Amino acid sequence: MTEAAAVSLRQVGRTFAAGNVVALEAIDLEIQPREFISLIGPSGCGKSTLLRIIGDLIQPSSGEVVVNGKTAHRARLDRDYGIVFQDAVLYDWRTVARNIALPLELAGWDRARREQRVGEMLQLVELTGFEKRHPWELSGGMQQRVSIARALSFSPALLLMDEPFGALDEMTRERLNAELLGIWAETGSTVVFVTHSIAEAVFLSTRVAVMSARPGRITQIVPIDLPQPRTQATREDPSFFELVTRVRAALHGGSGRDTDLSLAEAE
Amino acid sequence: MSGLAVEQPPGPGIGSRTTRQARQWLPAAAVLVLGLGLWEGLVAAFAVQRFLLPPPSDILQTFWNERGTLWGAGWYTFKEAVGGFAIGCSAGVLFALVVARWTLLRVAVMPYAIAASAIPIIAFAPITNQWFGLLNPLSKMMIAAVLCFFPVFVNTLRGLTSVRTSSIELMRSYAAGELAIFRRVRFPNALPYIFSALKVASVLAMIGAVVAEYFGGSQEALGVQIRNSAALFAFETAWAAILVASVLGVAFYLAIALIEHATLDWHPSARAAD
Repeated sequence: MTEAAAVSLRQVGRTFAAGNVVALEAIDLEIQPREFISLIGPSGCGKSTLLRIIGDLIQPSSGEVVVNGKTAHRARLDRDYGIVFQDAVLYDWRTVARNIALPLELAGWDRARREQRVGEMLQLVELTGFEKRHPWELSGGMQQRVSIARALSFSPALLLMDEPFGALDEMTRERLNAELLGIWAETGSTVVFVTHSIAEAVFLSTRVAVMSARPGRITQIVPIDLPQPRTQATREDPSFFELVTRVRAALHGGSGRDTDLSLAEAE
Repeated sequence: MSGLAVEQPPGPGIGSRTTRQARQWLPAAAVLVLGLGLWEGLVAAFAVQRFLLPPPSDILQTFWNERGTLWGAGWYTFKEAVGGFAIGCSAGVLFALVVARWTLLRVAVMPYAIAASAIPIIAFAPITNQWFGLLNPLSKMMIAAVLCFFPVFVNTLRGLTSVRTSSIELMRSYAAGELAIFRRVRFPNALPYIFSALKVASVLAMIGAVVAEYFGGSQEALGVQIRNSAALFAFETAWAAILVASVLGVAFYLAIALIEHATLDWHPSARAAD
C-alpha cells in the first residue's frame, strides 16, 4: 500500500472579487501524512485563507486541492479534518463536555460512546474534572485546550490550526506548544499550523513554509531537522537558533517589505 | 476560572447573605414608604380634590373593599394580554425563523419591520373592535399580539443572524447542514435576544389589552371598569383598578424573567445577575 499525500495543492490561487485582490497565487504544496507543517508569513499573505481552502471553507479561484486522496469538499463531508481557530469558538450554552461532544453528536455517535470519548479527550488535554463547567468559567489557555480536544475527538487524520495560541501569553503558549507536540506524537495525525511566531513554527514543525504577501505565495520551505521529541532543551539548542535565523531571513528576503509579524492578520 | 465570582466591594462588617440582600433592598423600600407618606401628607395639607388625586389610604381601602370585582376584571384582562402575548410572540419567532433563512427575504422585509415599530398600534383598536366584535376578547388580543410581534420579530432575527463567522465555519467543518447549524448554533445564540424581547412584550401586552378596552368591551374588563369608574367620579375605584393592572403587569414580567433565568443558566449575564 503506497501512502498518498495528506494534502496536495497544485497551482492553487484565490482572488477576492472585492477590489480584485489576489490573496493567493500559484501555491504548490505536498504535505505527507504525520507531518507537522507551519505556514508563516506577514499579515495579508493569505495563510489563513490557504488553511480554509484546505478545509473547504473557502473555494479556490483556480488550481486543485486534494485532501486524503479526495476533493477537499468530499474530505469535509467525510469529516477528515478537525480545525482550531485563534479564538476557541466554544459555544457558551454547552458545557465543556458537550462542546467536545458536538462533532460526535453530528456524526451520530450514541451517548455512551460519546461520553467515553469525551473522558479520553479531557484526559488528553489534562482537563479532567472540568466537564460540567461552562466555557466562560475557563481561562483562555484552558478554552483553547477544550477546542483542541473537540477538534481531535473524532480522530481526524488531519488537524488544521489557525494561529491557535496567538491570543495567549508567552508562558501559556510555550506550555501548550509542548502539549500539542505530545498529542501529535500520540495521535499520529498530520498538522497544518498557521502562525505569526518564528520561534513557535521552528519549535513545532517538521517543515516551515514561508509565505510572502501581495500576492500570497510560498517563497521557501525550510525543513526543520531538530531531533524528536522536542523539549525545553530544544529551545536552547544552537541549531534551534540557526533555524530561527534561517526562517527569519527567508521571511525578509521573501517580501522585502511588510515583515511586521507582530501585527494581527486582518483578512 | 473565576467567572462565577461577582465582585463584592470589601465593606466594613459585611454580614450574612440575607443581611446584605436586605441592605440592597432597603433604599428602594424607603423610597416607596417615603413617597406614599408624602403623597398622603400633601393631599391632606393642600386639600386636593379627590377627582384630581385621592390619597393612597383611600385607594388601598377601595382596593381591599372591591377586591372581588377588581381581581375578577384583572383576571379577564390578564387572559387577553397573555393570549395576545402568546399569539404575537409565537408569530414573531416563527416569522423570524423563516426570514433568517433567506437573505433576500430579510433584505426585503426588514425595513418595514423596523418602520412598523414606530406605528402607534393602539390606534387600530377601534378597527379590531369592528373586525372581531366589541365584546369578543379576541379584538383586544389582536392589539396585544401586534404590539408584541414587532420587538420579538426584530430581536429574534438579530439573534439568529448575529453569529460569528468562525462559529458557522466550525459547524461546516463538521459537515453540518443548514438545519443543524440553525438548531445547534443560530437558535441558542438567539435565545438571550428572544428573552429580552419577551420581557418587553409582556409589558406591551398588558398595556395593549387595557388600553384597547378603553375603546369599549365587556363590563367585566379592567379597562372598561377604569374608564367607567372615572366617568362616574369613582376615582378611588379607577386608581385601585390601575393598581391591579400594575400588579398583574409586574407579575407577568417577573414570570418571564424567571423562565429566562432558568433557561439561560449558561449565559454569563444570568450568572452576573446572581
